Amino acid sequence: MKFSRIIASSGEWLSGDGPHRQIVVSSRVRLARNLREKPFPGWAKKAERIEVMRLVKDAVEHLPEMSESYSENLEALSPLEKQVLVERHLISREHAAKGVGSAVVMNEPQTLSVMINEEDHLRMQSICCGLQLEKVFGMINRVDSELEGMLDFAFDPELGYLTACPTNVGTGMRASAMLHLPGLVMSEQINKIVNSVNKIGLAVRGLHGEGTEAMGNLFQVSNQTTLGETEEEIIGRLNRVIEQILEHEKNARALLAERKSVTLYDQIGRAYGILANAYSMSSKEALNLLSVIKLGVDLRVFPESRRFPVDELFIETQPAHLQKGAKVQKMSADERDTLRAEIIRAKLRQVPEPDIARLHADAAESGEEKHDE
Amino acid sequence: MQKVNLCESCSKEKGVSDPTGFALADLLLGLGAAQDVEKSPGTLKCTVCGFTQADFKKTGRLGCSACYGVFVDGLRGMLRNMHKGTTHTGKTPAGFEKSRAQGEEMRSLQENLDQAVAAEEYERAADLRDKIRQIEAELRA
Repeated sequence: MKFSRIIASSGEWLSGDGPHRQIVVSSRVRLARNLREKPFPGWAKKAERIEVMRLVKDAVEHLPEMSESYSENLEALSPLEKQVLVERHLISREHAAKGVGSAVVMNEPQTLSVMINEEDHLRMQSICCGLQLEKVFGMINRVDSELEGMLDFAFDPELGYLTACPTNVGTGMRASAMLHLPGLVMSEQINKIVNSVNKIGLAVRGLHGEGTEAMGNLFQVSNQTTLGETEEEIIGRLNRVIEQILEHEKNARALLAERKSVTLYDQIGRAYGILANAYSMSSKEALNLLSVIKLGVDLRVFPESRRFPVDELFIETQPAHLQKGAKVQKMSADERDTLRAEIIRAKLRQVPEPDIARLHADAAESGEEKHDE
Repeated sequence: MQKVNLCESCSKEKGVSDPTGFALADLLLGLGAAQDVEKSPGTLKCTVCGFTQADFKKTGRLGCSACYGVFVDGLRGMLRNMHKGTTHTGKTPAGFEKSRAQGEEMRSLQENLDQAVAAEEYERAADLRDKIRQIEAELRA
């Protein structure tokens, strides 16, 4: 499959449907696996990395799930193409820095991707829309079981799956959900939530994982520990915490609508005004304002039919996506900011002005039902 | 505490370039991680990939899956601090699962056989012995 086809479609996790999809943007599970007694990628010599890559890539390409797939060696991708994959969460920032001896294989709907020779020989992930960690784990678990028959995975009965970093040993699993939490940010409760989640062995991170800033009120919640619990126990623990965060977010939204309605109207109105009229916009500003519009859709101030175009802008306005769309390899930050504003203005023309009279933030109802205009 | 930003050559001049002074293992895995591994006696080296304690201190990563066997004593304390437990309870590859199940069955058959012999129930003992031989043949195949 050609890279251009990957670029052309936005990936199932963005357009799909799933439980709690208003607040939970996506669910993701990744598994780390290594081949027995082969040096880990960070320690292997170039020839050894290439040998492992060939072995693993061949097995991955033979998976039934990968019958329609995109598979490429990393040195064959331009920095821009790599960055597009990072922005879609299909490869990690660490993997994008790799070259000869590393590869990536992904299926057409972009729900499965396998990074070969990232920190471990295999980092395979499955991603889906909304809160459905069990389903996502089921998908990647099946892939893992199939690969197990073709590759000799490093496994120890006491320590489990052996990984380059001891922080991943055991299940080798990192399960995470991307949450959109504007209510908790606006009501200044987010730090309290982040701190208490960190205390119970889960991590809260920004948009692109470890060490990244939280932009657009998007937060990733994931497990920190991988040894001493089953995959199901880890996911269960994560689910319970996420459901609590969801409740807090819904309550925060309801409270804002009730007690600070003017502030809320003002924020939505300003976000709309700026997005619809700006001529230069950084990606950070865009994400933060789009987050408020997304909240507006959740609160029915904007029609439900505008949800997808708004969600799409979160990805389309990222630097590499902008440039790829414009078919330009090199672009200055200023040029990107101008183009970003142009794309947003064009799309916002299809979004009617906020209808504050329709605002509806009943915590119990704002969740699952779809209310179209 | 005073924070100073130095370029590579200045840091060498001022003698702050001691490479052992900064352990990435500590940074990544929490303070004391590098020391934990160092506690293992002697200078350990993985015979499969040539990875040493010093390499672990520098990178915070291991060299290959066999390293776990080499550095296990030092790793245990670190894993205890880092995780919910020190024993894997999750997914097991199908091959391992089968051999583990067979191992358990063998142990219980052997116990029953010993009991049967002690109780002089020779007919039962013969049955059990046949079953054990059958599993042994399967394992060899």
